[in-house]
Amino acid sequence: MKIHEFQAKDIFRREGVSVLEGIVATSADEASAAYEQLGGEIAVVKAQIHAGGRGKGTVIGNDQQHGVELVRSAEDAKRVAGNLLGQKLVTIQTGPEGQTVNQVFVEAGCAIARELYLGIVLDRATAQPALMMSNEGGVEIEKVAAETPEKIFKEHFDPAVGIDSYQVRKLCKKLGLSGPTVRSADKFIKKLCEVYVKYDCSLAEINPLVITESGEMVALDAKINFDDNAMFRHADVLEMRDLSEEDEFEVRAGEAGLSYVKLDGTIGCLVNGAGLAMSTMDIIKLHGGEPANFLDVGGGADTEQVTEAFRILLGDPNVNAVLVNIFGGIMQCTTIANALVEAYKTVGFNVPLVVRLEGTEVEEGRKIIAESDVDIITADGLTDAAKKVVAASTSVA
Amino acid sequence: MSILINRDTKVLCQGITGKAGAFHTRGCLEYGTQMVAGVTPGKGGQTAEGLPVFDTVMEAVDQTGADASMIFVPPPFTADAILESLDAGIKVIVAITEGVPVIDMVRVYEKVRASDAVLIGPNCPGLITAEECKIGIMPGYIHQRGKVGVMSRSGTLTYEAVWQTSSLGLGQTTCVGLGGDPIVGTSFIDVLGRFQDDDETEAILMIGEIGGSAEEEAAAFVKEHVTKPVAAFIAGRTAPPGKRMGHAGAIISGGKGTAEEKIAALRDAGIEVADSPADMGEAVQRAIAAQ
Repeated sequence: MKIHEFQAKDIFRREGVSVLEGIVATSADEASAAYEQLGGEIAVVKAQIHAGGRGKGTVIGNDQQHGVELVRSAEDAKRVAGNLLGQKLVTIQTGPEGQTVNQVFVEAGCAIARELYLGIVLDRATAQPALMMSNEGGVEIEKVAAETPEKIFKEHFDPAVGIDSYQVRKLCKKLGLSGPTVRSADKFIKKLCEVYVKYDCSLAEINPLVITESGEMVALDAKINFDDNAMFRHADVLEMRDLSEEDEFEVRAGEAGLSYVKLDGTIGCLVNGAGLAMSTMDIIKLHGGEPANFLDVGGGADTEQVTEAFRILLGDPNVNAVLVNIFGGIMQCTTIANALVEAYKTVGFNVPLVVRLEGTEVEEGRKIIAESDVDIITADGLTDAAKKVVAASTSVA
Repeated sequence: MSILINRDTKVLCQGITGKAGAFHTRGCLEYGTQMVAGVTPGKGGQTAEGLPVFDTVMEAVDQTGADASMIFVPPPFTADAILESLDAGIKVIVAITEGVPVIDMVRVYEKVRASDAVLIGPNCPGLITAEECKIGIMPGYIHQRGKVGVMSRSGTLTYEAVWQTSSLGLGQTTCVGLGGDPIVGTSFIDVLGRFQDDDETEAILMIGEIGGSAEEEAAAFVKEHVTKPVAAFIAGRTAPPGKRMGHAGAIISGGKGTAEEKIAALRDAGIEVADSPADMGEAVQRAIAAQ
């Protein structure tokens, strides 16, 4: 799960990670008032969308307006907010259709001496969180990681203990930070590592992280993602979820306990298990088709969930053929078969449907389908299924 | 022989009184697994699926001699259940549960690795030694005793691979579902070493997926330490970057963990890579023939 920058900064402020003062605005007038309230000479107006790359991103139909802009007056703040609010911002992470800006964050400015990068993620190789810092702040860190990995400094920490002071001192030495900044960094980094653990983050990234002219470490940006699996113990975090930032079908699938990712092709896939679902996409592509989605109904799905899965699949106007590929383990083939029959009655299929069943209770499942009046193309094995659904899809198109 | 479990393995089920725990305990019993006990805190003294239920793993081990555990408890309690088994001296802990918070697993991983116990999972189908012992949720009937050791990060894709090797008459020794989470107890490398040392295992099939670097590490290990023929398949070749494909582990980020990188590393180590998921069984045949 993702949240907005201003929400991440609320958490930082509450937990003692240094941030600048800022106010959220949902109208141009509010942005103007926010500027006045902050009372400084400069402020920054920042579009609040979940995607990164806002500073270089531009508004559709207004190439001059970027997602982050420095302002020097209340009118300026009003103008920029007016240009952003209600408009679609396109960044390297949004795709060409962009994302609608529903709120802006008006933040106080500060005198910046240096810009750094900081990120915390899980290092799967060591099974521990890793703190990464670099002097290459403000730029595309992926590029730094790929081309000059030696410029990124890493320290692992034990979540139960947090990061140690000597580790911070080591990082400061490597980054060339000295004097009062080292003490500021110690507090900042320790608190941030605590936030990462306390809130079950899967990513905490600050880019840029700045050192002010007075030597203080401050988070100029803030990006936090959470571990979806841990949200049962974070009701407060769940309240910060902004559904308008997410794909409608993906949200519906999530509510039904399904894992769905929309893609651009024409062949809808309904599969049990993530690995098999990915492989099903792969084999469709191998035989010349384009998958319309990844959909894993999981191990324990019931008839209702599978029916909802069909509704989601068939709700995508690009889908002109569907492949059901089930290898029953926990999932019994009879469940899928019953759901298929149910969905046929309640949802209705307007596209060809190829079904491949194998595994637990496969004979009973096949029988249920055979005895129903559902019109399907049966397939034997993966290759057969892929060929049949690609043929069905291309003959329709 | 086989690895990790065999017909003498005595298995208890943590969470036996839940729906999934009960259903799959039955499935394991039908397969011939020596299921000896169930554990559900607060339900000690009852019976479930014909087995005695205990409040703690400690009691279950004392009274039944169980040496393996199959865990079906809900995600908030899974880490605790694993640690309880570890503390009670269980040697093979199999956590089926999906949805365990990553931070919980950091702590569990460290404790398990410091012990002589093996943790399989979480978020996995379990493991099975064909025609001897099944600990998990896989459909038993697709397995056939034979010569291929199978290890995988995916569940249903493993069934697909097993089905193919059975259909070709290759059969399996032990099949290990490692799990799809970013932190799992056992890696490809751990299992590769065991298959290499197992006399009955003549070939190894590895099923990986995008994300992380476990396959690259396995490839390096094969190059150095494995003399048996190895075949592999990587799921997620067509998955777009930045999107999580169901498994928390299956995500390509910053251009790392792509299928292409993994396949290149595997081929470089002399591993026969299947291009299609329908070709996994035949890839094992080719690997054996090439040796």
